[in-house]
Amino acid sequence: MALAQAKRTATEARLAALELPAGAGWATRAREEALARLRETGLPARRDEYWRYTDPATLNAPAPEPAALFDPREPMPFSEVDRLKVVFVDGVFDPEASDDLSMAGIEIERLAETAARDIHWAKDLYGVLEARGQSPVPRPLAALNTAAATDGIVIRVTGKAPRPVSLIYLHRSETSDAVLHHLVRVEEGAEMTLLENGPAAARFNKVLEVDVADGGAFHHVRAQGRDHERRAATHIFARLGEKSIFKSFTLTVNGKLTRNETVIELTGDNAVAHVAGAALGDADFHHDDTVFITHDAVECESRQVFKKVLRNGAVGVFQGKILVKPGAQKTDGYQISQALLLDDDSQFLAKPELEIYADDVICSHGSTSGAIDETAMFYLRSRGVPRDEAQDLLVIAFLAEAIDEIEDEAIADDILARLQAWLARHRH
Amino acid sequence: MKKGERDMTVMEDDIREGVDRETVETVRAMAGKYKHGWETEIEMEFAPKGLNEEIVRLISKKNEEPEWMTEWRLSAFRRWQQMEEPEWAMVHYPKIDYQDQYYYAKPKSMQEKPKSLDEVDPKLLATYEKLGIPLREQMILAGVEGAEEAPAQARKVAVDAVFDSVSVGTTFKEELAKAGVIFCSISEAIREHPELVRKYLGSVVPQSDNFFATLNSAVFSDGSFVYVPPGVRCPMELSTYFRINAENTGQFERTLIIADKGSYVSYLEGCTAPRRETTQLHAAVVEIVLLEDAEVKYSTVQNWYPGDEEGKGGIFNFVTKRADCRGDRSKVMWTQVETGSAVTWKYPSCILRGDESQGEFYSIAITNNYQQADTGTKMIHLGKNTKSRIVSKGISAGRAQNTYRGLVSMHPKAKNSRNYTQCDSLLIGDRCGAHTVPYIEVKNNSSRVEHEATTSKVDDDQLFYCRSRGMDEEEALALIVNGFAKEVLQALPMEFAMEAQQLVAISLEGSVG
Repeated sequence: MALAQAKRTATEARLAALELPAGAGWATRAREEALARLRETGLPARRDEYWRYTDPATLNAPAPEPAALFDPREPMPFSEVDRLKVVFVDGVFDPEASDDLSMAGIEIERLAETAARDIHWAKDLYGVLEARGQSPVPRPLAALNTAAATDGIVIRVTGKAPRPVSLIYLHRSETSDAVLHHLVRVEEGAEMTLLENGPAAARFNKVLEVDVADGGAFHHVRAQGRDHERRAATHIFARLGEKSIFKSFTLTVNGKLTRNETVIELTGDNAVAHVAGAALGDADFHHDDTVFITHDAVECESRQVFKKVLRNGAVGVFQGKILVKPGAQKTDGYQISQALLLDDDSQFLAKPELEIYADDVICSHGSTSGAIDETAMFYLRSRGVPRDEAQDLLVIAFLAEAIDEIEDEAIADDILARLQAWLARHRH
Repeated sequence: MKKGERDMTVMEDDIREGVDRETVETVRAMAGKYKHGWETEIEMEFAPKGLNEEIVRLISKKNEEPEWMTEWRLSAFRRWQQMEEPEWAMVHYPKIDYQDQYYYAKPKSMQEKPKSLDEVDPKLLATYEKLGIPLREQMILAGVEGAEEAPAQARKVAVDAVFDSVSVGTTFKEELAKAGVIFCSISEAIREHPELVRKYLGSVVPQSDNFFATLNSAVFSDGSFVYVPPGVRCPMELSTYFRINAENTGQFERTLIIADKGSYVSYLEGCTAPRRETTQLHAAVVEIVLLEDAEVKYSTVQNWYPGDEEGKGGIFNFVTKRADCRGDRSKVMWTQVETGSAVTWKYPSCILRGDESQGEFYSIAITNNYQQADTGTKMIHLGKNTKSRIVSKGISAGRAQNTYRGLVSMHPKAKNSRNYTQCDSLLIGDRCGAHTVPYIEVKNNSSRVEHEATTSKVDDDQLFYCRSRGMDEEEALALIVNGFAKEVLQALPMEFAMEAQQLVAISLEGSVG
C-alpha cells in the first residue's frame, strides 16, 4: 500500500536530520533494516488505528520541543535500594556517575562498544524482537530507535543477579533528544531485576528488548521522571521461553506526553507475563499505555493491570490486546484497565481487545471509568477522616491492584511512598 | 450416518423411553440444515446489470418518485463513487464487483400494483406462506407456540413483505390507520407522505455516513416506513420480512421509523435467501427517530443464507442501523439474533441526545463453518442522565470468525450517565476465532462506564451432565448455548423467541464431533 504523501514527507523530514551510527557489519545491517521498516510504515499519524487517542506530532518532529528542567527536591526513587547504578545524562552514558559494571552472574556492556565488535551475541537480539513486534501493528518509533540509537546497555544474565541493575536517566539540557536502546538476555534459569527512573531528556525514545530463555526470570520496575514538560515514547519487546517469568511495573507521574508500548510474545509453554502500570496525571498530562500480548504456547498466563488517576484535564489512554494464536490452549489471559476521574475535565480513552483462536482458554477483560465512590467517601468522613486524606486513601486503594504486581516489598514501598507524596502535593 | 443428515423415520424409531413427544417434535423441527434455501420460480423483471446514474434514475422512476428524491439518490451516488470500501472489520471476502450485480429486480406480476392482497400473485403469497409469514390478515404468525392463550389484541402482527426489490404487500394497514399509525413500504411513503420522508430520511444516517450506507442511499429500492403519532401505542407488532430470491441481485432496503412524542412501537425484522453457489450482496440502512418519551423496540432475526460447509455462497450483509433518541426520556432497544450470512458487518447504534434517554443492545451472533461476523454497537451519550446497556453473546464454531466491535462514548456534557457492557464469547472447536474490540471514551467524571468481556469454551461438566441425561451431543450443545444466550433470547418478543432458539440449534449443527 502506498504511503500517504503527508506521512512520507514527515518521515523523510525526520530521517534527513538523522545520521546512522557507525558500527560493525551486523550492527550496520540491523540499523539499515530498521530504517527500511520505518520507510515502509512511515512515522505514526493520528489517523493510524493505534494512534487515534494520542497525537504523535511532537514525537515525530525533526527536533524536540524544549522542556524546562525540573528539580523534584527529593531523593530519586530506589535511593534506598542496594543496586548497581548505570547513569545516562540526556541519553549519554556517564561512566563517572555510574558504578563499576562488573557483578557476579551478569555481564554488562555499553551498546556503543558492543556494536563495534564483529562478533557478539547481541547481533541475534538487536532489532530482532523489535522487528517481530512490527506485525500486525506497526511500531515505527521503535524502528526509528533501532536505526538511530548510539547508546544503551547490553546485559547478559547467566546466574541470579545479586543486586538489581538500576538505570538512571538524568535531564540536564532543555533541548536534549535522547535515543537509547537496551538489550537484556536472560539465560536458562537465570534471574535479574532491572530498575529505571528519571526523565532522561526533553524528548526520550527508548527501546528495551528482553529475551528470557527457558526458566529465566526478568523483573522490571520503572518510575518515569516527574519533569512536567518531558515527552517520551518507550517500547518494551519481550520474548518468553518455557516456564519463564516476565514482570514489569511502571509508575508515571507528570509529563506532557508519555506513550509506553509493551509487546510480549509467550513462545514457550507455561510462561508467565505480568504487565502493570499506575499513572497519576494533573492538568497537562497525556499518558498512553499500549500493550500487545501474544500467546503462542500452551498453558501460559498473562496479566495486564493498568490504573490511572486523572485530574484537571489530564488524559489517560489504554490500548491493550490479548492475542491467542491457534493451538495456544489452556491460556489464562486477564486484563483490567480502570480510570478514576477526579474531576469533570479529565478523559479516559480505552480499547481493550481480545483476539482468540483457541477454544480451551480463559480470557477476560474489564474496563471501568468513574469518579470517587461517594459512599466510600462518606464512610471515611463519618469516621472523622478529613476529605483530602480520605480521597488519598481511596486513590491508593484504587491503585493497589497495580502496585501489588511488584514482588519486591522494599521497591513496592518506595513506589507507594512516591504515590503518597504526589497525592499530598496535589491536594486542592 | 453423517451429522446433519438424520433421517426422520429413524428418529421416530429412536424415541427413548421417558422422552416426551414435545421434545421429539422440537428436535425434529431443528433438524435439517438451512431451512429457507429453496427458490421461488417466478418471472422477474430486472434493470440492466451494473451501476451508473442511469440505473439510479431508473430505480427512482420505477418507484414513481418525485424529482427531489431522484436528486437525493444521485447526489449519494456521486459521493459513493469517491468513496473507498472500508477494510477495518475483521472480515475477509473477495473483492465485490459492483458492476456485476443487478440493482433492481421485481416480480413481473407486480407490474400492475395489486390493489389489495387478494390480487397478489399466489406464487408470492405461497413463498411467504412457506416461510411461515402468511400475508393474510390472520391473528398470528404461524408456528408461534402458546399464542392461543395470549389475549387476542396482543397476537396481531402487521407484516410488510419485501421480495427482492419491491414490497409485495402490507397487512393490517387499515386497522393501523385507525390508530393513526402509518405502516407502508418506503416507496409508497415517498409518494404519499413526502413531508415526513423529506424531513427524516438521511437525518440519522447521513448520505455520506459510510461506503455501504451511501451505496444504499443511491440505490435502495424498497423497505418499510413507520410513523407513530404522538401518544399512540401501536396496537400491534409491526414486522417486515425480507426475502432475496433472484440470483446476482443485491438487496438494498431502507427502513425509516419515526416515533413521535410519547409513542410506542415494537418492530420485528426477518430475512432469508435461497441457497446458491454465488455470493449475494445486501446493504441496508435502518433509521429510527425518537421524539420525547417515545419508545421503540427493534428486533431482528437475521437468517440470510450463510453459505455451505465449504464456505461457498452466502449473503454479504453490510448493514447500517442507527437510532437517534432526539427527545428527552426516549428509549430504544435493539435486539438481534444473527445466525445467517457469510459475512456480517453490522453495528446497530444509539445516539442518546435527549436527556435521560436510554439505549439498549442485546445481541446473539452465531457463526459456523466459514461464516464471519463483525458486529456490535455504538452508544453515543450526548444528553445528561443517559443510560445504555450492551449485552453481546458471540458463539463461534467450525472455522468461523466472530467479532464484537463497539463504542461507548460519554461526551463532556453527558453528565451522570451510565453504561454497562457485557460481551461473552463461546468457542466450539479449535479452528474458529472469537474477538472483542471495544472502544471506550469517557470525557466526564460523573458518568460511570463498565465493560466486561469473557471468552471460554463449552463447559465439559455441563456437556457431560446433559449427555448423562440421555441427550445426544448436538442437543446438549444447543441447550447449553441457549442457556449461554438466554439474557438476549429473553429480550426478544415472543414471536421471535421460539424461532431464535431453534435457529441457535440449527446454526450449530455439525459443529461437534
